[in-house]
Amino acid sequence: MAKTYEEINEKIKNKKAVVLNAEEFIELVDKKGLKEAAKEVDIVTTATFGPMCSSGAFINTGHANPRIKMQKVWLNDVEAYSGLAAVDFYIGATQIPDNDPENSNGKGLFKYGGGHVIQDLIAGKDVKLKATAYGTDCYPRKEIETTVNIKELNEAYLCNPRNCYQNYGIAINKSDKTIYTYMGVLKPNAANATYCSAGQLSPLLKDPFYKTIGIGTRIWLGGAQGYVYWQGTQHNPHVKRNKNGVPIGGAGTLAVVGDLKEMSPEFIAGVSMQGYGVSLAVGIGVPIPILDEEIAKYAALKDEDIEAPIIDYANDYPVCKPRDLGTRNYKELKSGKIMIDGKDVPTAGLSSYSKALKIANLLKKEIQEGKFFLNKPAQPLPGTEWEEKFKPLKVR
Amino acid sequence: MTNEKIKDFSYTKHSLVKRKLVLHFPKKTIDQPITYKLVKDYNLVFNILKAKIDNEQEEGLLVIELSGKDEDYAKGIDYLESLGIKLQPLEKDIERDLDKCTHCSACVVHCPTGALFVKDRKTMEVEFDKEKCILCEACIPVCPFGAMKIEY
Ligand code: SF4
Ligand code: SF4
Repeated sequence: MAKTYEEINEKIKNKKAVVLNAEEFIELVDKKGLKEAAKEVDIVTTATFGPMCSSGAFINTGHANPRIKMQKVWLNDVEAYSGLAAVDFYIGATQIPDNDPENSNGKGLFKYGGGHVIQDLIAGKDVKLKATAYGTDCYPRKEIETTVNIKELNEAYLCNPRNCYQNYGIAINKSDKTIYTYMGVLKPNAANATYCSAGQLSPLLKDPFYKTIGIGTRIWLGGAQGYVYWQGTQHNPHVKRNKNGVPIGGAGTLAVVGDLKEMSPEFIAGVSMQGYGVSLAVGIGVPIPILDEEIAKYAALKDEDIEAPIIDYANDYPVCKPRDLGTRNYKELKSGKIMIDGKDVPTAGLSSYSKALKIANLLKKEIQEGKFFLNKPAQPLPGTEWEEKFKPLKVR
Repeated sequence: MTNEKIKDFSYTKHSLVKRKLVLHFPKKTIDQPITYKLVKDYNLVFNILKAKIDNEQEEGLLVIELSGKDEDYAKGIDYLESLGIKLQPLEKDIERDLDKCTHCSACVVHCPTGALFVKDRKTMEVEFDKEKCILCEACIPVCPFGAMKIEY
């Protein structure tokens, strides 16, 4: 028997909704079978926590007296983009301070950047604000230097154009020297492998054909209630899928938005990748309503049903060279080692499974307590029928 | 700074010293009979607590306990340094800030001794066994969240 969003929301209101995290749902399906589990359970909570570079926050500071039309803005010496109205700007996660040594002096440590500014704001710390302007009749001030605190900002909301990647690659380094990438430090001769997905807990892997997650879906974002506002940039539903319908490699993405003022620095954290740069780790939880058995089937996919492709970040990735180095599933990846070319290679995640589980449980609790309701998507995400194809940049 | 600290005996009243040291040595010194020399030429007692050679990084790592008369000890240290070996006293401490650690496990493969490890493959939480830590600091720059800290 199919359920509707309205029916489930009614149950949430009465604190009667049956909610399991994706791990628990897998166990239940194993025990009672898909049919029974689909009938019994209303919502499966999924989550992920990991570095998501395409993230940032819109901020409005309010007007100073005299007024300034901020043309260039820095928060703790990290530049924000201010090509907007007078006191609106966007602080991007990967921006670094103007004076950062970058990689000029050995591999940089990138200790501070946009992601850390966002975390500091959320943590309630005072942040240094500096802005310059050319001055106009209506906005005469040419300079401002002060501190701001999230409490005093008019608006501060996270608005991330690409988060929550549906699957990702496994990074190795087949060269003979260490490389420093956004997938971490990779030792030569494929001596380690990194991956970045919560596997069986990850939202878009549990709804691989976007049957429930769409534009308008209410999500748990960094501790606040946020929304999916569009498909993320580089959204690509056309990636080759395995027999379970799961894309093998980075595919769908979500653009998400939520109020920074309600978030927690435990779930939105600045990231420093040696030799690469800064980023923001974002914690996202997505409820999957078990409307029918098909949705349940996908929500019950396990680590071993989900595969990721091995990618050589030394030779292939930088030059967009497609090369099939095989795939490994998340059960193998999470075991701590995978076999590559007859050799045991230790694995490490960049995404935190334990934190994802924590988020899935927090979301579960909010729903059970009647504090978090489902929002039916206003529009589905583009699926496999989409005419748009993911394109490389042609250099003319 | 570490040099001074290694050779600072001001707080001991005895002429005998016993110290735990971490030695990082480049590959070219690996073949040198370091142990033999320290014992024979400098009258020092040399105890290897931990040893590790990373062939890919071409770097060796030794944690030793070195004891002997203070003047012999000082000469022994000079000798080791003359070989291009980087010395650190084992008096510092590596701490993991649990508020910052996200259990991402990025550090695990870079820790040479298994002091940072995933015990339970279901929860995937990263454990830190200080007993096994040789203070090599490899985990500090690779931790994306700045959770590993060295304290003196
Ligand atoms: S790399 Fe840092 S955050 Fe990740 S598990 Fe190790 S100590 Fe924790
Ligand atoms: S300093 Fe870090 S990497 Fe080195 S042994 Fe200790 S925990 Fe492991």
